Amino acid sequence: MYTYQAQDQLLVDQRAAQFQEQVERRFEGALNEDEFRPLRLQNGLYQEMHAYMLRINIPYGTLSSRQLRKLADISRTFDKGYGHFTTRQNLQLNWLSLKDTPAILAELATVEMHAIQSSGSCIRNVTADHFAGAAADEIDDPRIWAEIVRQWSTLHPEFAFLPRKFKIAVSGGGKDRAATAVHDIGLKLVRNDDGQIGFEVMVGGGLGRTPMLGKVIREFLPSDHLLSYLEAILRVYNQLGRRDNKYKARIKIMVHELGAEVVRDLVEDEWLATRDSGLKLPQSEVSRIRDNFQPPAFEVVDAPDPDHQVQEPGFIDWQRTNVHAHKQPGYNIVTVSLKAFGIAPGDASAEQMYVLANLADAYSFGEIRVSHEQNLILPHVRRDHLPALWQSLQRVGLGTANAGLATDIISCPGMDFCTLASARSIPVSLAITERLDDLKRLHDIGELKIKISGCVNACAHHHVGHIGILGLEKKGEEFYQVTVGGRADEEAAIGQVVGPGFAGHEIPDVIENLIAVYLDVRKNGELFVDTVKRLGTSPFKESLYAHSETR
Amino acid sequence: MPILKHGEIIIDDWQNLADDEVLPEEGLAIVSLARWQTDRDQLINARRPLGLRLTGKVDVSEIAADLDHFDLVAVSFPGIADGRGYSQARLLRQRFGFTGELRATGPLVRDVFAALERVGFDAIEARDQAEAEAWSVAVGRITVRLQSDITAPEMSSFQTAAE
Ligand code: HEM
Ligand code: SF4
Repeated sequence: MYTYQAQDQLLVDQRAAQFQEQVERRFEGALNEDEFRPLRLQNGLYQEMHAYMLRINIPYGTLSSRQLRKLADISRTFDKGYGHFTTRQNLQLNWLSLKDTPAILAELATVEMHAIQSSGSCIRNVTADHFAGAAADEIDDPRIWAEIVRQWSTLHPEFAFLPRKFKIAVSGGGKDRAATAVHDIGLKLVRNDDGQIGFEVMVGGGLGRTPMLGKVIREFLPSDHLLSYLEAILRVYNQLGRRDNKYKARIKIMVHELGAEVVRDLVEDEWLATRDSGLKLPQSEVSRIRDNFQPPAFEVVDAPDPDHQVQEPGFIDWQRTNVHAHKQPGYNIVTVSLKAFGIAPGDASAEQMYVLANLADAYSFGEIRVSHEQNLILPHVRRDHLPALWQSLQRVGLGTANAGLATDIISCPGMDFCTLASARSIPVSLAITERLDDLKRLHDIGELKIKISGCVNACAHHHVGHIGILGLEKKGEEFYQVTVGGRADEEAAIGQVVGPGFAGHEIPDVIENLIAVYLDVRKNGELFVDTVKRLGTSPFKESLYAHSETR
Repeated sequence: MPILKHGEIIIDDWQNLADDEVLPEEGLAIVSLARWQTDRDQLINARRPLGLRLTGKVDVSEIAADLDHFDLVAVSFPGIADGRGYSQARLLRQRFGFTGELRATGPLVRDVFAALERVGFDAIEARDQAEAEAWSVAVGRITVRLQSDITAPEMSSFQTAAE
């Protein structure tokens, strides 16, 4: 993990002190709300329905056990004893008061954390593959590059007031677990014919009310030019991005209106003027960062396979879905599901955080990851430790065997917390989970990603859900629009609307119906999304709407 | 509103000229880009110190060739959230080599002073006297810089690494 140097520490300490003063000026009236809003947003602070919400960055999803304990402490001291892990690899605390927040930032700074730029029209928390450093398919560890981007983007003087929020994601180059195609900039690690490491650069992806997939504007960017190239994109966007209409202000609209070729030419021209400036990454700097991400001290494991020790069906199920291949022989990656029955997706209690921190110390070199699918990951677990880990997780409700399955739902806070919501999303996700509670059946259905957003802002990525559910409102009535066929991986696609919306209580039936069609027509080994791709939406439509007429 | 130049509150000699106002006999006048484009020859022939006012979406590369005619360029910030001026300033200074006074016109609060100076502004129009007087405290709040900028063209974080 990256360890702060003196200057990194000084920065977060100074930032907390600065915010303390800004809050005081707000209370004295020296700053009005219009002036204060961008300042608080750039420290992750939102004013929500019932209280202030703080969004804490977990850069590229990497946490140490010490940091997780601190998050638990903060949630106990200042909030209601739980937190919400989001699709953006952040933690949100929903029940804060403004006066406490400077103290929280100071607490975070003691464990090398912050909330800088977790909101506002600036470069947000940079996200990356949650299996980084453990997945066998990566070309290089994306965290190294994400950390370089984090430092460069932190308090960048030129890009603090962009037309709109700006999100950068980095994938390791194999399977895309970072949803790079739906980010303002998606970076995919690639290797050229000479064996050099670089990036494929995608620009203009985004969800919200106009979902778009990013366009590749450069197939190979040598890695030492990463920062100059990012700066060129940002400078073009800062000048040309629309500021007249907040719904058209994201870079995706600029790319759409100007065309990807024009944007590429503008960026390349700008880059030509700066590529050999002080931004060029010296090898020494890359090595300094790389040194922080050395693999942990893996052991040579000479123990029997746990399959032979443990016959409990629960363990076998869990192993099938929540345990993934690791590049180190004898080790596995473990997904800790935050989608237990009856719990809002992504929520974790302080107690669960403490337990997980201890388990990370015992079994995963003190490391935890946050996935954009709102689960936690223990990245480096010895295979023979799996049964013991599973038992400990079970005891605190963290052992649900549903990673990647239909109940591993991504959901935004929706009407329960969010001032922008049109409809509730958590209750809908809970109703689906309740309906699909038969684990055996879930395993038979296989990978199925359901994502539920409470309004068009699409915080839960519903456009790229295999099944996407969007909460809307008409004349005071909530209803839900359903899409199928979306995906966020290397075959990214925007889902297609199946037809008129449904009432909230109908959604579990709708899901059942879609699944029934799939099970009926699927070919061997085909996932739900593959079936949609092969057959289109019509069989699903026919079944859904025939059903609603006969009722 | 008070003007800060390199952090000092100064008496402002410049006059903002509306587009229909005649150029006064003497004194320092700031004209809009539109005025400059229509009255260019007349303004040059007046042989007077001139300032140029930029508002909104301006492609600063289009005025690069004219910069020698100006002693001051004023870049307006219609609100704290409109950050176009940061890139404009950086281009004017770094790319097009403007060496005259580069002024950020506001109202601007202390919280952005440091960033403004880092992208090349040497003069700032503060919202009021209290904000102007807070300059030295405000720019000293955060001393760590992780990017190259006008004041430090090399990446400061890299330098630390090399130490
Ligand atoms: C509860 C307070 C929240 C508010 C007020 C909020 C607000 C917004 C808004 C306005 C957008 C649309 C931006 C645009 O279209 O330009 C957005 C997008 C998004 N938000 Fe949230 N959000 C909240 C919570 C969350 C949570 C809990 C998550 C994660 C579970 C999240 C993740 C995202 C993501 C991934 C996007 C999509 C960005 C894109 O369009 O590319 N947000 N949010
Ligand atoms: S999708 Fe809408 S309702 Fe859900 S968190 Fe985002 S803004 Fe709020």
